[in-house]
Amino acid sequence: METNFYTYSGKHRGILAWILSTDHKRIGLLYLSSMFTFFLAGATLGILMRLELIAPGPTIMTAQTYNAVFTLHGVIMIFLFIIPGIPAALGNFMLPLQIGARDVAFPRLNLLSWWFFITGGLIALTSLFTGGGPPDTGWTFYVPYSIRTGTNVSLALFGVFLLGLSSTLTGLNFVTTIHRMRAPGMTWFRLPLFQWSLYATGWVQLLATPILGITLLLVIIERFFGVGFFDPAKGGDPLLFEHLFWIYSHPAVYIMILPAMGAVSEIIPAFARRTIFGYKAIAYSSLAIALVGYLVWGHHMFTSGMSDASRVVFSLLTFLVAIPSGVKVFNWVASLYRGSIQTDAPMLFTLGFIFLFSIGGLTGLINGALSVNIHIHGTHFIVAHFHYTMFGGTAFAFFAALHYWFPKMFGRMYREGLARVAWFIIFIGFNTLYFPMFVLGWQGMPRRYYDYLPQFQTGNIISTIGSWILVSGLLLMLFNLVRSISKGEKVGDNPWGATTLEWKTSSPPPHNNFAEIPTVTTGPYVFK
Amino acid sequence: MVTGWPTLWNTVDNVFLFIIAISLVLLLGITATMIYFVVRYSRKRNPHAENIEGNTMLEIVWTIIPTILVLAIFYAGWKGFLYMRTVPDDAMPVKVSARMWSWSFEYENGRKSGTLKVPAGRPVKLIITSEDVLHGLFIPAFRVKEDAVPGMETYLWFLPHEPGSYDLFCTEYCGVGHSAMITKVEVMPEKAFAAWYEVKQPQKRSEGTSKHAPTAQKEKNYGVGARLAQVKGCLLCHSLDGTAKVGPTFKGIAGRKTVVVTSGKDREIIVDEVYLVRSLLEPQADVVKGFPPIMPSQKGILSDAEIKTIIEYLKSLK
Repeated sequence: METNFYTYSGKHRGILAWILSTDHKRIGLLYLSSMFTFFLAGATLGILMRLELIAPGPTIMTAQTYNAVFTLHGVIMIFLFIIPGIPAALGNFMLPLQIGARDVAFPRLNLLSWWFFITGGLIALTSLFTGGGPPDTGWTFYVPYSIRTGTNVSLALFGVFLLGLSSTLTGLNFVTTIHRMRAPGMTWFRLPLFQWSLYATGWVQLLATPILGITLLLVIIERFFGVGFFDPAKGGDPLLFEHLFWIYSHPAVYIMILPAMGAVSEIIPAFARRTIFGYKAIAYSSLAIALVGYLVWGHHMFTSGMSDASRVVFSLLTFLVAIPSGVKVFNWVASLYRGSIQTDAPMLFTLGFIFLFSIGGLTGLINGALSVNIHIHGTHFIVAHFHYTMFGGTAFAFFAALHYWFPKMFGRMYREGLARVAWFIIFIGFNTLYFPMFVLGWQGMPRRYYDYLPQFQTGNIISTIGSWILVSGLLLMLFNLVRSISKGEKVGDNPWGATTLEWKTSSPPPHNNFAEIPTVTTGPYVFK
Repeated sequence: MVTGWPTLWNTVDNVFLFIIAISLVLLLGITATMIYFVVRYSRKRNPHAENIEGNTMLEIVWTIIPTILVLAIFYAGWKGFLYMRTVPDDAMPVKVSARMWSWSFEYENGRKSGTLKVPAGRPVKLIITSEDVLHGLFIPAFRVKEDAVPGMETYLWFLPHEPGSYDLFCTEYCGVGHSAMITKVEVMPEKAFAAWYEVKQPQKRSEGTSKHAPTAQKEKNYGVGARLAQVKGCLLCHSLDGTAKVGPTFKGIAGRKTVVVTSGKDREIIVDEVYLVRSLLEPQADVVKGFPPIMPSQKGILSDAEIKTIIEYLKSLK
């Protein structure tokens, strides 16, 4: 039997064979396992926050602890889970396989990226237990508060700086790989749509992340040496920080969602047994989102004191970025027309994605309208909106992709029945948890509130109950997946009958991916 | 008719409902179509798929229609926003100063208040700034919000029509007291407001009192100090009754033996005037053990005279 990349023996043994490996598949799994560890920590913090908010007044923690908890929940979920999320874990594993390459363009750089990621993550977590205590600034690190607080902000910022470096290098690596390493015959318009999304994402990572890195370094310099970049007491400008922060952090939401859209565009053809509807429209809309997504950061600042004229321009651009996202949704739904649809777990998560992401996107229209935004800005409405896009959107697509590519990565299958039950619980729990926040926000409950007025209690109780349902579903899903890595039933190389190149090699793939590099003669989704 | 009354498309609620209506139609349409396809073209019912690569006409249509819709929504939001940013000429100006974690409202005649008292039926313009970090002034009932930015003046206006009491929140995260940075908007009948507005405030202003206050005035200064401690937000974190809140209690603080952490090392000190001044100006230098180092520096926020007054007051808290 041919050896696969697990049984392949390289230079190192044991754990070193993983953490020093330059094999993109091993690096992908390193990301996957470290990321889910962080995800569980973030989810635990989330459930503690919801528990605190079940009733007004102090419930299980102090205000200071609560502020640290929501800061860490945000930092972990954004920088350690959802930004690396699909591209670094599944992208690493699938990118070379899908374009018929043996590895990424810079395998050593790829390993270095993971080392930056894990070091940055550990440093961010170290800030919890050292110095002046856990950071309490929110994941946005807004000045002047982040400059004046005595908590361990500088160390956390440095951790995030490293995470940014990791993300930038991954982007560079992926863009180069897609340009240079495609198999013979794999023209741009024969690329699987997941690749188009990784390509667009790579550019955003490459061009936007350095701005975050520099901004965070400026805050650190201001904290240590008192240079007045941002604090008006020293002659700085707090709005400058907001601009610099969102110039990265808004494109970052497209770093999060684009690969999710790409993954969904793979799963739908595989489970509908037909080609995708409007391939070029989906590919171009990825680029359009990446491009216009650069220019909409100001919608995070509609109440910041920024000039009225810029608010109007940013509002207009924000509406324009909604169009390509809408086009994608229509294309996905149309791709079901006259298909031969099987609703296995990956497809269920995908359908859930379309529904929840639509809610996230449509409530984005509400946020984008200037006059309405003024009322809901900084309230729980926003919290609901971004959880619908980031969790209901990205994380649902991530789970879909994880189930979809699971047999490819491990050569085994999870239990389908259990996966469907987990999907159902997650879907119900998710809506119970986050939908009430739309109502709370419209009623006027601000976000990042440790305590609230009695009129907001009903919504908060429902939401907290939802968090319990959601977490039980998540645990069930993870249990099913982890258990199946070793105990799942063995399956063939292509259990779904999918058409892209990664399914043409064995499961799990051999160390070099393909015995012979395939020659591509058709588009990605040609079903017989 | 009262000036500044909004027209149909100026109100936040109408634009909100307009977008909700469009969104619901789209969401229901997408979801229903999706479910119909999944059921109608399930593998059982339709074992052989048909490959349809696209339909240019359809794709143009579903690009153009959403474009028109989002531009319409943009326009509606913009109209309402223009209205929100155009302050009527007869608006009553009130200066707002935000600080960790309280609001202070100052009227044209110099009258100050911790709640925002306004007459019904007259537009109010708030001119907002912050003394320390970012804050956000939010009155849900009037659908208005604007950040308070240190070193900068921002504004908003609204038209209070029904007399009553409305919540005013801080919506820009500002530290441990953020969710307690709440006050009320009291919309009063015009006459009641006029009566309140014209009343002379007690002459004692905190500023500069202790300069002209030798020992004879000391007793009175305790009162001023107590007010300062309240107004400047000290009491949100420091109790007067011996219970530990976010920070150590003020009760019996002067002369108290306490363990502080100085650059990572514990040391025992006796709280004296020098220590109290340092705690106000460089709160992170010596942090009382067991408490988080989160107190904001009062440098530039309290005048020297105010610091003196507060310390006199603290000494009196046996």
